[in-house]
Amino acid sequence: MKPLLWMLLLIGSLAQAQTAGLDAAQDLRYHQLINELRCLVCQNQTIAESNAPLAVDLREQVKKQLGEGKSDKEITSYLTARYGDFVLYRPPLQASTLLLWAGPFVLLLGALIWAVYFMRSSRKPVAGPRPVDEAAVQKLLAETRAALAAQDEQKP
Amino acid sequence: MRFAIPIVLMLGVLALLGFGLTHDPREVPSPLIGKPAPAFALPGLGGTPPQLGNADLKGRPVLVNFFASWCAGCRVEHPLLMQLAKEGVEIVGIDYKDTDADGAQWLQRHGNPYRVVAADAQGAAGLDWGVYGVPETYVLAADGTILFKQIGPVTEQVWREKMAPLMTGAKS
Repeated sequence: MKPLLWMLLLIGSLAQAQTAGLDAAQDLRYHQLINELRCLVCQNQTIAESNAPLAVDLREQVKKQLGEGKSDKEITSYLTARYGDFVLYRPPLQASTLLLWAGPFVLLLGALIWAVYFMRSSRKPVAGPRPVDEAAVQKLLAETRAALAAQDEQKP
Repeated sequence: MRFAIPIVLMLGVLALLGFGLTHDPREVPSPLIGKPAPAFALPGLGGTPPQLGNADLKGRPVLVNFFASWCAGCRVEHPLLMQLAKEGVEIVGIDYKDTDADGAQWLQRHGNPYRVVAADAQGAAGLDWGVYGVPETYVLAADGTILFKQIGPVTEQVWREKMAPLMTGAKS
């Protein structure tokens, strides 16, 4: 019973979630934007998640500019001009972020090269046993027999 | 040769950790460094003067300090600002998201190091300046260019090593 109640409440809250003053398309863009912008006060949250006063201000700002008919790009560049690329959860591809974007692929390539190298080297036949030195074996056997014989003789 | 690989990897990881641990992730580099200070027009705290703008920041190097009566870090840096003001450093205060009454009372209680104080009750100027947590302090050159931004309280060390040289350098 309880889960059902919660679900109904959730559905109800979603239905009411359309932001005041925006049409449906703008509202969709509003939610996309605020989920991609970082709150600078609590840096691991988006401005959609955070309730820090700055996040509230930034949400208001995004809403206001959407209402004025600004494009997503205009809004994000408004914010990066003030707070830097750090506000974007998805950093732009540029010289300073090349390592960030290319890094995983470089690592993957490195791991592949290493794996191929590893498999090649493990397929090589293992060096066989060393050739037996027949004379040494015979000598050892003779010595052992002599020793055993000597032991037997000592027994009463 | 083989034994060198883990050692090299380990050193690499250590270098990255060392870099990560000695850099404060809260210090977001401001995109405004080297650019003219954003335009602003605010009333003075308590209505005097009625209007403050970029023209009030030009002509000599100044510190622009965003503070608020509700801000704990501002109390920390306040004695230093008082001392700097006594030494003749020009500081312009911007009371961020605060009421005039609270701001004025705070300055009365702790002393006023500012030449003028603007009231940014809505935080609109703060948004344009990229303020995300008071106190924040900007070093402005005589032509109004932002030379440096300190996020969080100004400390003796930051003043001595980073801000003071810019202030004297900007004078000439």
